[in-house]
Amino acid sequence: MKNSQDLVEPSAPGIGTGEAEGEAERAKRKRRRLKVAHPERCIGCLSCMFACSRINTGRASLARSAIKVKTQGGLEGDFAVVVCHACKDPPCVAACPTGALEQREDGRVVFHRDLCEGCGACAEACLIRAISLDAEGKAVKCKHCGACIAFCPHGVLEMEEVED
Amino acid sequence: MLRRVLYIDLDKGESFVEERRDLFEEWLGGTGVATQLLLEECPAGTDPLSPEAPIIFSIGPLNALFPAMTKTVATFKSPLTGELGESYAGGRLAMAMRFASHESIVIRGAADRPCYISIRDDDVQIKDARSIWGIPATVVGYILRDVETGVGRRSIIRIGPGGERLVKYAGVVVDTYRHFGRLGLGAAFGSKNLKAIVVSGTEDVEVPDSKRYREIYKRLYDTVVQTDVMEKYHDIGTPININVLNQLKGLPTRNFQESSFEGAEKISGEVLADDYLFRRVSCAHCPIGCIHIGMLKTSFSRDHEYEIRKISYDFELIYALGSNLGVSSPEGVLELIEACERQGIDAISTGVVLAWATEALERGLITPEDALSVNLQWNDVDEYLKAIDNIVKKQNEFYSALAEGVEAASERYGGREFAMALGKNEVPGYHTGPASIVGLTVGVRHSHLDNAGYSIDQRAAKKPLSPEEMVDAIIREDDSRGVYNSLVGCLFARAVYTTENVIEALGSVGIEKTEGELEELGRRIFDEKYRFKRREGFDLEAAPVPRRFYETVSAVGMIEPETIEEMMKIYRRRRGW
Repeated sequence: MKNSQDLVEPSAPGIGTGEAEGEAERAKRKRRRLKVAHPERCIGCLSCMFACSRINTGRASLARSAIKVKTQGGLEGDFAVVVCHACKDPPCVAACPTGALEQREDGRVVFHRDLCEGCGACAEACLIRAISLDAEGKAVKCKHCGACIAFCPHGVLEMEEVED
Repeated sequence: MLRRVLYIDLDKGESFVEERRDLFEEWLGGTGVATQLLLEECPAGTDPLSPEAPIIFSIGPLNALFPAMTKTVATFKSPLTGELGESYAGGRLAMAMRFASHESIVIRGAADRPCYISIRDDDVQIKDARSIWGIPATVVGYILRDVETGVGRRSIIRIGPGGERLVKYAGVVVDTYRHFGRLGLGAAFGSKNLKAIVVSGTEDVEVPDSKRYREIYKRLYDTVVQTDVMEKYHDIGTPININVLNQLKGLPTRNFQESSFEGAEKISGEVLADDYLFRRVSCAHCPIGCIHIGMLKTSFSRDHEYEIRKISYDFELIYALGSNLGVSSPEGVLELIEACERQGIDAISTGVVLAWATEALERGLITPEDALSVNLQWNDVDEYLKAIDNIVKKQNEFYSALAEGVEAASERYGGREFAMALGKNEVPGYHTGPASIVGLTVGVRHSHLDNAGYSIDQRAAKKPLSPEEMVDAIIREDDSRGVYNSLVGCLFARAVYTTENVIEALGSVGIEKTEGELEELGRRIFDEKYRFKRREGFDLEAAPVPRRFYETVSAVGMIEPETIEEMMKIYRRRRGW
């Protein structure tokens, strides 16, 4: 079955879910994360947020986007682009009481939606406020798939390797 | 997709939601639906500033789902023209309405004291706005941001003092830099004691076939960002036309007394982009970023102390408050734009009104006493700033007349031949030729965006077109824009949304339409708008064309009255009238 992310034309290396990739191959290369490389270039179009929800959930939604573009003082102010930092020692995982957020050996955090009870402890634990809850009360957490990158018209976003 | 209309009654302080599937199925959304709601809600012959006159907002089936589908349409009875009021704004309103699950909002009645409306999904509250009455439109935005929820996904629309004081071309400011500018929606708000509306929602949209949706989305997105279809809106922006029209002899200057301006280069889009532009921003869900914001830095002491103002500029504003007033400094143009922004009045109408007043004073139709000693003269920015203030305050009989619009003012003081309005709406910045004049006269809202007559003239300047060809082009645009405005897309992206793409995009959200059906719909929407216009007294045969249009050379040479008459005849015949 084609994964939803296959529709995205990779514009940066490393884009893809990695779901089809074997564990061994995955362990060989470094963990990658989405980076807000040039926040000051953001024009506030929200295309990345719509890309995230469209590609990962099949819907048009802001609430289901794991990347968040915030206004600071309306459109006259600066935009802040908030994404998961892919912490080495993620407080969201530590805070999750049900195991819905799980850290793998390679350091990646995976989210088991069926286990999430919507307590919001992960969102509270994340100081940068990269996790939110959707309309069904489930956590929305970036999986660093990079789908949003292809839909940023101003090159704000990039993938980078996480240094150990 | 939910097809819900939110009705808010300011008399009773109540609201309710009604599912109007029939309405949306027949009329698609946007202007198609908003025109029907206006016909339903507005009794014939109603005073546009009375509680009986409704205000309607509508979005369409593609808003918030596809790139550049960013607009919301407002319909109302225009306080300026007394007939169809219709205006479009971008910003975040369309997205906020979509996620609040209201495709249309109808506002009835009037509050007995200043209020604002807070809409959060289905929670609608009418709140006290006494403490923000009288406050500039720009500042009201900051205040409501702090007291209302929904940061990042809401829209705040509000009026300034111009709307409160019922200036007939007052607009509504949308999320700071966008506007329901034309035809006086701001005065309609003011007459209802309605200062602002805040909309936010938490819903999301499910599509029937998400794979198809993603594929079509990707194609349209790529067309928007990767081809040059929209490049002109992205780089210099609409002000690129200042130099273009100036060279063509189509840039109205000093109240259309000339069609090229010796100061054009100084206030051109290129100069603004090089020296003043500091940021471009977007409407929600549009990757273009056409909103050009200039930084005006003015020193207020000798100790390097500065005021910084961030002002959004576009072609029409630079024409109206620049060349048409003989203003040749970018700082002056930006200051005048900002004054309109603060007062919440339409920049095009304001510029045209001031240009008429300047000429009327020059010609002795009004006295310095009428003008309260404001020395209205070309290029005098400080005096124009005083005049704007006097108009909004309706300081005396003369300024009250200016607040009624240029045609009304000229009826009182004379100078009809240089009162630059068509269909009672102050004209935009194109002295390009006969298609612009005819297009503005016949257009449903007497706007250059009804049928882009200026663009037909520009084509004719390269390769002459017959009157029949020009009229046919106007009619094609009139009708096809009725469909596009029902979606409600940004007109800058109209070249991306070809009929084929529109059909596919609609199909991906479960709405099946054929090309023939859309064509038919466009014609019917146009007819329905004219039904309203005629009902409220608009008579195309009696619509005057100011003589000034025939006295100044245009981009296609001198325009003969006979050409306009002939085109109007052809137009009526083609329409079957």
